Amino acid sequence: MADGDLGAKAPGFDLGRIFRDQLRNIAPFATLILLVGFFSIAAPSFATLGNFENILQQVSITAMIAVGLTFVILTAEIDLSVGAIANATAIVLTFFTAQPDYVNIQNLPLPGVLAIPLTLIACAGLGLITAFGVTKIGIPSFIMTLAMMQIGAGLSAVLVRGQIAYNVPPIVRTLGSKTLYGVPWIIIVAALMLLVAHLVLSHTRFGRYVYMVGGNREAAEYSGVNVRFVTGAVMTISAVCSGIAGMLGVAYFGSAQQNEFDTFLLDAIAAVVVGGTSLFGGRGGIGNTIVGLFVLGVLNNGLDYVKIDSFLKILIRGVILLVALVINIYAERLRSTRTLNS
Amino acid sequence: MAPLIELTHIVKTFGGVHALSGVDFALKAGSIHGLAGENGAGKSTLMKVIAGVHGPDSGQFLVDGEPVHFRSARDARARGIAMVHQELSVAPDLSVAENVFLGAQPVNRMGTIAWGRMAREASEQLKNLGLDIDPRARLGDFPIGVQQLVELARVLFSGARIIILDEPTSALSPPEIARLFAVLRRVRESGRGIVFISHFLDDILEISDEVSVFRNGLRAAHADVGPGIDKTWIIENMIGAGRDELGESYLHDIALKARKQSPVVLEAEGLTLEPFFRNVSFQAHAGEVLGIYGFMGSGQIELARMLFGKLRPDQGRLRIAGAIARLKRTTDAKNAGVGFVPESRRLMLFREEPIYRNISIAFLEHFSKLFLRPGAERAAAKVHAERLGVRPSGVEARLGALSGGNQQKVALAKWLTRPPKVLVLVEPTRGMDVGAKEDVVHIVKSLAAQGMALIVLSTEPETVLSLADRVLVMRKGELTSEFADCAISKDKLLAAA
Repeated sequence: MADGDLGAKAPGFDLGRIFRDQLRNIAPFATLILLVGFFSIAAPSFATLGNFENILQQVSITAMIAVGLTFVILTAEIDLSVGAIANATAIVLTFFTAQPDYVNIQNLPLPGVLAIPLTLIACAGLGLITAFGVTKIGIPSFIMTLAMMQIGAGLSAVLVRGQIAYNVPPIVRTLGSKTLYGVPWIIIVAALMLLVAHLVLSHTRFGRYVYMVGGNREAAEYSGVNVRFVTGAVMTISAVCSGIAGMLGVAYFGSAQQNEFDTFLLDAIAAVVVGGTSLFGGRGGIGNTIVGLFVLGVLNNGLDYVKIDSFLKILIRGVILLVALVINIYAERLRSTRTLNS
Repeated sequence: MAPLIELTHIVKTFGGVHALSGVDFALKAGSIHGLAGENGAGKSTLMKVIAGVHGPDSGQFLVDGEPVHFRSARDARARGIAMVHQELSVAPDLSVAENVFLGAQPVNRMGTIAWGRMAREASEQLKNLGLDIDPRARLGDFPIGVQQLVELARVLFSGARIIILDEPTSALSPPEIARLFAVLRRVRESGRGIVFISHFLDDILEISDEVSVFRNGLRAAHADVGPGIDKTWIIENMIGAGRDELGESYLHDIALKARKQSPVVLEAEGLTLEPFFRNVSFQAHAGEVLGIYGFMGSGQIELARMLFGKLRPDQGRLRIAGAIARLKRTTDAKNAGVGFVPESRRLMLFREEPIYRNISIAFLEHFSKLFLRPGAERAAAKVHAERLGVRPSGVEARLGALSGGNQQKVALAKWLTRPPKVLVLVEPTRGMDVGAKEDVVHIVKSLAAQGMALIVLSTEPETVLSLADRVLVMRKGELTSEFADCAISKDKLLAAA
């Protein structure tokens, strides 16, 4: 820090203060280490390279959705439509792809070079509708994306009509289910998206605006920042990230059907929040989201290794999420009392 | 007969600062007691003591001749003391009758609300106050003056005998004021007592039986309203016991300049935004500090927000540097060459971010097209922070660690990386110590000397007088007078507002 006289107490080294400042970063990391330690001891086959790859693969789709959601939560908004948008995008892609004869749905087969851009435009369009509702009409993002969740689910239902579609363009098939030198493409795509998002958030002007709008929306507006544009942009980014996750998800799962991505909403929110990104905006980032993804991935995967009742698994995830929320709010409170005292 | 309330030598300190240093006050039954004084003179603290919000540190407080020790506003209400605040606490979406009976709705034998009885009784209550309106209509559809009377009716209905009215006339038109006063006279006739706090001295003199003037935590003067007790008397007591004694430079006549020969940078023509302000026209010139003075609620805050594109006017035109400016958002205002520092630090600063990010945010596009250049941001921030004397001088420190005065300097520094044509400042020195205030005055004057037009809006006469070259007075949403090229002092300004 700049001057020694800033801290009223011992300057430089105050463990308690460092702990309070960094609680939101320390807690997720400590949780991760504890979980890895526990499962390694409980199940010898857990801590293997092969299983590490499994975990990465299992969290890849969640990771893509969580990338967009990180932007949204950093601006103190929320997006509940991510799972439904992923599902709708997946089904739009199969709608534009020729399906085998036994799949009895009306569709519009196009070559991949057209199908993929059209699908991306469709999910970006859904994001723009959300952005319009939130920034121009002034609907709170919680309610607006709740409506979009229903709209996404409705689009999926109308387009696939209870059937299951299988075919996607070859390039999507490769990215979703093939490997590059033994590494699954889906991991590479997720990692690239995380990397790009990290660069955008911490090294571009737009990223700075995201943090500043989340840190103090009014101050950003009174500094001449176009707060509506930033808010609209993060909602659109979130929809596109979910769309990409949906497209690769079809290839990963091997098929597209209704309600396929329902669980990803909770998983993605959990990853962002467990990682320590503030629900009040302005604090956190992709680094936190990565830790959160690992916590979730290790937990889901590890619980399979210790042969736990699969019904109990859901309960345990809920408890972990609750604890993360408590820490998230607590970290925020510690910070604000410190601010008041100074 | 003992007065309704009597306070003797009340002392109240907040963190070692005396808000009240030995105040006497009494309210007689069947009378209206007017209260005048500047912001921070101790009026509201005293009223909060009476209403049970604050306990006094020492002094005696009698109600009906008996000593009381209120621990909460609830205790005070139980003794018949009620306060009606400037910001009304009515429920606009409920009916008139529901508002009159808020929290005490009559119920029938089934335990459900007796709607018919409630409407009838509310209607009676209001008629007693001379207000004949449909008790079933939605309260929010009535003008603010009626809403205020409904709140008063509720307070009276709840059994209050001692009623404190805080700035009741600030949002009212002359006919509404006349009606309020008629109601207050009826209340007075019923033997209850009213404390009437206002910045509008004419209103105090018209309605009050006696008047107390507060200054610096003391009751500076107290008299029955009568011959010799006029606006001048109140103002003199508000700012010091007589013009001769005034040592502070702010209270001397200040010679205002006329600098109309420099080009007009910002021109407002007939700006209207109901219900806040109407037909506001003025010009701000390059190199000039234009002060706009008015009481709380006179529409200045909204005018300032409109100049920065946060609010859009219903009517009127705004020209910036000759071109018509249609400001749809704050970004448009910034790009048109307007800078803005709002009245509260909460609204302008990012406490958790380092100083340099607080400074660079307004013109981030000049530091970075796509990728950030923190080095350039830091360097520019350092230049401006040093120029304005921000302490400590490092730009990495978290903003929240700075003192209020230094935070204000950071808020100013933010606009200096690309000096705007017009800088709008709302309450630029509020809550600062003397040294920090002087720094801000110095900064503002030097910006004007460089040719910037500055508009300073404030509810504090000192702020306007210490900064402005020319002063406009805003009263209930209209610009009512202008002072330029003349000598002005605080009493003249107060008398004009």
